[in-house]
Parts: sequence; C-alpha cells; structure tokens
Amino acid sequence: MPGDGPGLREGSPEPATTGDPAPMPPARPPSGSGPAREARHGWRMVGLWVLLSAIADPLFYYLAGPHIPPGTMSNTADGAQFDFNILLIAALPVILAVWIYMGYAVVNWRASRNGPDPVGGPEARSNLPIQFTWIVVTTALVLFLFGFGTYELVQPEGAGGGQGPAPIFMPASHDVLAIQVIGQQWKWTYRYPTFGGFETTDLVVPDHTAIAFHVTSLDVVHDFWVYQLGVKADANPGQDDVAYTTPDQLGSFVVRCDELCGLWHGAMYDWGKVVTPTQFQSWAESTERQLAANTRFLPPFAWTYTPDANGADGGYYPDSVDPYSPVLTYGAKQPGEPLPATTTGKDRK
Amino acid sequence: MATDTADLAGSPFPGEVALARASLDRRPDWLRAHLGWAVVGAVVGWFFGRYVGDLIAGSWPVSQDTTMNNVAVVFGLSFGVLGWLVGIGGLTYPLLKMLGREPAPAPASRSWLRYFRLTEDHKVVGLQYLIGVLVFLFTAGLLAMAIRTELLSPTSHVFGPGTYIAIVGEHGTMMMMMASSAVVGPLGNWLVPLMIGSRRMAYPRVEAVSFWVFAAGYLVIMTALPLGGFSTGWTGYAPLQTQANPGMDAYLVGFAVIGLGMIMAGFNLAATIINYRAPGMTWSRIPIFVWSILATTALLVLATPTLIVAGYLGVLDRTVQTAFYVTEHGGSSFLWENLFWFFGHPEVYIMALPGFGIVMEMLPVFTRKPLFAYRVAAAGMIGVALLSFFVWQHHLFQSGINPDMRPLFMLTTELISIPTGFLYLVTLGTLWKAKIRFEVPMLFCLGMLFNFLIGGITGVFLSDVPVDVTVHGSFFVMAHFHYTIMGGLIFALFGGLYYWLPKMTGKQLNKRLGQAHFWTFFVFFNFTFFPLFLVGLLGQPRRVFEYAHNLQTLNDISSISAFLLGASFLIFIFNFVWSVYIDPVQAPDNPWNSKGLEWQTATPVPWFDFERIPVVLSDPYHYGEPAAPPVADMGIPALARIGAASPDQSVRPHDVASSPESPGNFDPHPPIM
Repeated sequence: MPGDGPGLREGSPEPATTGDPAPMPPARPPSGSGPAREARHGWRMVGLWVLLSAIADPLFYYLAGPHIPPGTMSNTADGAQFDFNILLIAALPVILAVWIYMGYAVVNWRASRNGPDPVGGPEARSNLPIQFTWIVVTTALVLFLFGFGTYELVQPEGAGGGQGPAPIFMPASHDVLAIQVIGQQWKWTYRYPTFGGFETTDLVVPDHTAIAFHVTSLDVVHDFWVYQLGVKADANPGQDDVAYTTPDQLGSFVVRCDELCGLWHGAMYDWGKVVTPTQFQSWAESTERQLAANTRFLPPFAWTYTPDANGADGGYYPDSVDPYSPVLTYGAKQPGEPLPATTTGKDRK
Repeated sequence: MATDTADLAGSPFPGEVALARASLDRRPDWLRAHLGWAVVGAVVGWFFGRYVGDLIAGSWPVSQDTTMNNVAVVFGLSFGVLGWLVGIGGLTYPLLKMLGREPAPAPASRSWLRYFRLTEDHKVVGLQYLIGVLVFLFTAGLLAMAIRTELLSPTSHVFGPGTYIAIVGEHGTMMMMMASSAVVGPLGNWLVPLMIGSRRMAYPRVEAVSFWVFAAGYLVIMTALPLGGFSTGWTGYAPLQTQANPGMDAYLVGFAVIGLGMIMAGFNLAATIINYRAPGMTWSRIPIFVWSILATTALLVLATPTLIVAGYLGVLDRTVQTAFYVTEHGGSSFLWENLFWFFGHPEVYIMALPGFGIVMEMLPVFTRKPLFAYRVAAAGMIGVALLSFFVWQHHLFQSGINPDMRPLFMLTTELISIPTGFLYLVTLGTLWKAKIRFEVPMLFCLGMLFNFLIGGITGVFLSDVPVDVTVHGSFFVMAHFHYTIMGGLIFALFGGLYYWLPKMTGKQLNKRLGQAHFWTFFVFFNFTFFPLFLVGLLGQPRRVFEYAHNLQTLNDISSISAFLLGASFLIFIFNFVWSVYIDPVQAPDNPWNSKGLEWQTATPVPWFDFERIPVVLSDPYHYGEPAAPPVADMGIPALARIGAASPDQSVRPHDVASSPESPGNFDPHPPIM
C-alpha cells in the first residue's frame, strides 16, 4: 500500500453520511424519523418480550413444572422442584430478553439491509439511564434469588444437603430416625442404630418420618445421592455428614454415588424403598433378629470408623493390624458426639 | 561467520554492534538449543530421575508392596522437565548470569527453525502457543469422543472401567490445562504488544520459556496414560488421589508444570500492559481485549500458586508418606478440596474473561459502532476477577463442611452474575442500531453470546443450594461448564483466529469454509451439550460408564452430535492448511477495516512491530464518526528509513543482526514507501 504510512491508512473510511462534511455535530440519520424510529425499536422488543414471557412462564410452570426432577417423593424433593421452577420462571424472561434482542438486531440491523449508518459519538458510547437501570435490575434479581434460595435452604431442614457433623438446619420433628450410610469402594451399606445397629445393604425408610442420614465413608470420598428423595451428602472418611429428609410418598428410589470414587464408581448404585411406618417397624425388627448373629461380629456402632487398611491408605501405612480382619480395622470407637442408645426395636415407641 | 560481520556492518545500532559481535553465539545452527535437544534432555532426565528414585526408594516397603515407586516416577518426570528446559536453552541465560558470565545471544534466525527454538519475538511465541493449544485441544477432543463412544449404550461397554476412568480424567485435565492458556497464550502474547503500541514484552525470555513449560506440561500429562492413567478425574480428589496408581504423579507434576507456565505468562503480560504502553495509551484507551487479559493475568498470578502448593502436598503424600490429605493420620480430604477449588474457581474465569475480551474487541468492528459503555466493560471484568476469589465453596455445598457458610457462598456466587451482566450490557448495547456485517468472526461472536447465556443462567441454578442438591455432580454441571468454556471461550477463540489470522499469517482464510465451520460447530455443539442438561437433571452422575436405560436416547443424541462436532474441527484444519499453505490468498492489510492499533502496522508484522513507537490519540472504537481522529500517529514513514531515525533502544541489536535472507539489511520487509 504505497503513499501513506500505516498510521494514516484507514482502508476505506466510514461511508460519509448523507453529505454532511462538517466535523461537528456528528452526523445523524435523516432528521424527523430518528427518535421516533428508535422508540419503536425499543417498544417492539419490549412488546414481544412481554408477550413471549407471559406465554412461556405459565406454560412451563403448569405443564413441565410438576414433572421437574427430583419429583415430589419427600419434602426436600418438593423443595428442590419448587426452587427449580421458580428459578426457571425468573430465568426464562432473561433468556428471552437476550434472544429477542439479539434476534431483532440480527434481522433488522444487518448491513445487507442498507439501513442508515450507525451513529457514533458520545451518545452511542454510553447511556447512563440504561446502564443504571440494568445494574439496578440485575442486582435486584440477584438479591431476590439469594433471599429466596436462603429461605428454601433453611426452611426444609437444609434442603437435603449434607451439613457435616453439626447440622444447623434441623427438622421440626423431634422424632428423627437416624440411619447410618457407609460408603465404601464400591457399595453402600446402612446401619440402623436404633435397631441394635445391624448393617444391611437394603435401604428401607418409613414415610412421613423425619430421617437423618448419617453419611460416612471407609475409604475415599463418595457422595450419597438419593435422587428421588432430594438428598445429597458427601461420604467423607472420618466424618459424619448429616442430611435430613422426610419422605411423603411410598415407592422405590435410586441411590447413586455422585463423587468419583475410583474404578467401579459407575457401578456404585442400588435401590431403596419408602414403606409405611408399620411396614418399616416390622421389617426392621425382623431384620434385626435375622442379622443378630452377624451384628455381634460387627464393630460397635460409631458415627465414623477407622478406614480399612485396604482403603484410603492403600496399604501405605504398615501397621500391626491384619488388614483383612474386619473386626480389628473397622470400627474403633471415635471421639466426638455421644452415640444414640442402641436399643432394640421393641423399645422404640 | 563472515555473513555475521557483514550483517552487523549494515546494522543501524553502531553503539552496540561491537558488543553484539563480540558475544554472538557462533556455534553451528544445529548445535544450539532447539526442540531436538529438548527431547534429548527430557529423555535423559526421565531415565536419570527414575534411576535416582529407584536408588532412594526402591527398597522401601511401599514400593515393594504396591509394585509402584512413586518417588521414581516423580523424580523421572521432574528431571525430564528439567532436561527439556535445559535442552531448549531456557535455563542458559539465568544460569550464566548467576555465574557472572555474559550469555552469548544467538543470532536471530528468520528461518522456520525459529518456531522450534526459544525465541524472544512475541509473535513467534504466539504462533508456537497457537499450535500448542490446538494440539492440546485436538488430543483432548479425541478423548472426549472416546467418552461419548462409551456412553452410546447404558450397559454394553467399549472400554473397561479402568480405561474409561483414565480417559475421563485425561480429557478433563488436558482440556483445563489447554483452556487456561487458550487465549492468553496465542492471542495474548501475539496481540498485546501490538495493541498497546509496544515493540516488545516486558520479560521476553520469561515469555519464551513459558511456552516451552506449557509444552512440557502437555508431555507430562500425556505420560499419565502409559503410567496407567489416574482415576480421580480432573479434580483429583484426595484420598482417592493418594491410593491412585502412578498416572496420578503425572497429573500432580503436570498441573504444577502447567501452573508454572501460567504464572510466567501471566506476570509477563501484566508487567507488559502496565509498563509498555505507548505514549497516549491511557487506561481509558487500551483496547478492551487488553483489559480482559489484564484481569485474567491477575487471576493467573494469584490463583495458580495455590494449585502448585496443593499438588506439592499431594506429591509428598504419595511419595514420602506424609498425610496432608489422609484423614486417619491427621490430614483432611477437605484440605485438598479447599485448595483445589480456591484455584479452581478463579481458573474458571481465567477461561471465561478472555473470551469476552475477544468478542467485545470484535463487535465494534463488525457493527461499525463504538463499544457501548467501555468503562462498564472494564469494571465488569475486574469485578468478575475479584469476586472469583470468594466463591470456591459452592463446589463444596454438599460436602459436609460449614453449613452456615452456605448462604454466604450462595450470595457471592450469585453476585458474580452482576458483573457478568455488565458484559452482556456492553455487547448488547453495541448491537443497538448497528450495521452488522456477518463475517465469520461475527458469527462466532453471536454464537458465543448465545451459548454463554445458557451457561451463565444454568450457573445461577447451580449456585442455588436447594437446586444444587439435585444437580451437583451430575451431567447438568458438566453441560453447564461446557457451555461456558467450550461455548464461550472456544467459540471466542475460533472467532478471534478467523479475525486475526490474516494479520498473523498474512493469508486470508476461506470465508465459505469458515461459515461451514461455524454452523456445524454451533449446531452440533448445542446438540451435544443441551441434552446433557436433561440427562443430568434426570439423574445421571458425572463420570459413570453405566446409566439408566431411559436416558439412552438423550445420550445417543449427544454422542452422535459429538462425533459431528469433532468433524467440524476438521473443516477448520482443512481451511487453515488450504488457505495458508496450499492455495494462499494474500490478506489485505486491514481486511475488516478495523481501527485497532494492531491493524495499523504492516502485514506481515515486522519483527519490531512498529517502525516508530506510535503516539496514541484515541481509543480504537471511533466507528460511525466521520470526523473521528486517527487512532494513533504512527510516525512519518517518509523519514522512517529505519535506523536513520531514532530506533527504540529497548530492542536488542543481536535480534536485528544476520538475517540470512536479507544480507546487509536486517529488515525482512521492504520499508513502506
């Protein structure tokens, strides 16, 4: 490119606007229709947005809303579903606003339509009322979502999330059934401390009863995900992670490990069921009797256990204990909270 | 040798010629440091480290019991990296300086061999990074397709569980490593000096080494596969980390190496932006892309050390039997989770901010409008960068720590959507009454805004604790961050490549192929990842190889689209090879008619970037103003017979000397006259 230097090279400059060579004021589109057209663009978009949002929100809430996972099998699942629906109702207008705006811009303001040239200058560089409104609206939306989310977290006993050994969002009921969940590579076992502390691979819970899942692990970090009940709590070695829920429908549910825990993580799932309190009582009592012989060989019930020497430390720490002896390596009593009295089933109620 | 003298005689730096002549490295070309020597150094270092490690720990019971000697593996990898850096010449300069000797600079070569060497030309480093990032991306992309192949069926398997887990971890880790440098490496290094009107980086040697450290990271993480892979995924959770096989050492060392490269690249760019701006390039005039890089460098420099420390503790646990992450010996698995995510969440914004920078840089060019609310854009990026240090515990909502911290971290996480909203305000405001030219880069901009919106909104769902109870750790999260990283950053990166490659290579990429690439990319990206939101919501955890039968249809849609998505990258490769090498079409000097400073210098950009240091007169967004001032005073070309008029003394003379193609004239490009 001969002649001028790189700094002076502008390529083809902006096509001059309608014969207005004067440097000041900046060129405007043909007078008269300017502000009016601008207003129409905005109102058209707003109209379209209000219309589509008014259609999309109720459509979603009444058609899809009741079917949104994790369903309605417990109070925490209810809460999660309701929360999701409210969030989506808040999100749909935001998504629609951006899509409508972008779609409108792409259709109407494309170069091939040969519309008026854009007007630069200060008025195209900022618009304080719009910037201010945008910031206020997004901040208000965010603070509303925060308040709503916090309420929904506190109100149904921590929303089914694992709260660690010292939970602060508690169920209203004082009659809470404690079930210990023990994650280990690569299965879940459950101990029922109020039924002699028997250990089983079957998860059976009574409905309309507040349940405290005490989740712990014998080796690595797992995550106890009871999908339909809306419960999720990490199983950490040496930690008692408590999550509450109150089932309110009968049926079966899926339990999956939701934290990568090694080779067979993908196969670490099973099923549990919600039964009536009477059925639960008789199941628990009969299982307690059936397993009584086994239970005697189990380590005494504790909130946490010393990991198996085959577990997290992978045999790294040679100790004097036979790593294959379940009694000696799994179940030393831990300091910390007092244990619930291991009573028999008959004593409970 | 004779040519050296001849070249120097023609040099315009008489004061420094003598020094340069005296100290020039006169070894034959093949003997000086290059990639070949780096490979030799890496191999020698690997075997030396293995030998030392076996000597130290070969007799330990740990090594006997488990048939693996992590000490030897870690030593092998570390000495391998050291050998690599020695071989490439990265340590020569600092070591000689420490010994009190003046290092002999190599004569600058303009042959293609310089791409396989340590080089102080930021444009060469940028292109090295570009190739490196693409190799990283395509390797990890093939692994992604392997994952989707396994997930075609809920119960029948292509891979064993061990292989599958190894592939998942390798894919995730490589993608994270790649994405943290995807824009900062190629475009940051290449463009920032040109955009701020500088002839050089603040620390060109550090910059040069940072690429070769990045390349070493690729090799280290690739060794994880022959070492048996690692079973923890990219998050490397302990204590699974402690029990994993030697592939885990490659993960820990690899992340440390990549982290080192990130820190070096980060503070070099930050120092350059702060100190090397041309006269008149005030903070309110620097291009918005430079703002995004500056915000990113803050994260790179401040967040990455945490990762290196966390990895170091993990290496100690695995080698010398400490117990930082082993609960029953006094450590805590939460320590890793906190350290990792304290790095990991700023890392997410390392991968998001440059994407917005690219989009906001290109939008004014293709809309022919000034950038709307420039200050809001800069404030938004700084706000995101600051807040990103205060949100990491949202990864631990269900982990069993601090139940009372949950509302706080829910708040901080949701607050981030306010500065992110600023960025949408800026981009949408720029589209207002624009005159949009649908060139290929503009398509990628719009695609990025579309995708990132979905990624951002679903992020709000994840930040809400009750909803997070369902979607945490499921495919919902996976789809969310693929929408932000791939739909955001990678879309922006390719948009940026279509936009700037004509400047970088001097060749115009084919527009039709570019459009085909965009549309296949955009469509199949959405078909790959949108179904995964539903899959996650319907209960499929991440990183599983078995799933419920009723999810097969959605998974298959995703898998088949993923293969087509992979194929769409072939269009890009074909376009690149065809347009640059096979049937090159010379690009115009300023094909997009941009006002950016980087387009005002010659194409291809001479080694010294600017004939004269430009004096910046305005920001580069004065579109739609017929009377707008030029963006910069580039000097008077008629007088700029380079060397005759005050050259920048910061350019080292030996770089200038001995250009084989143009003896007697160090300027490879004829002066613009």
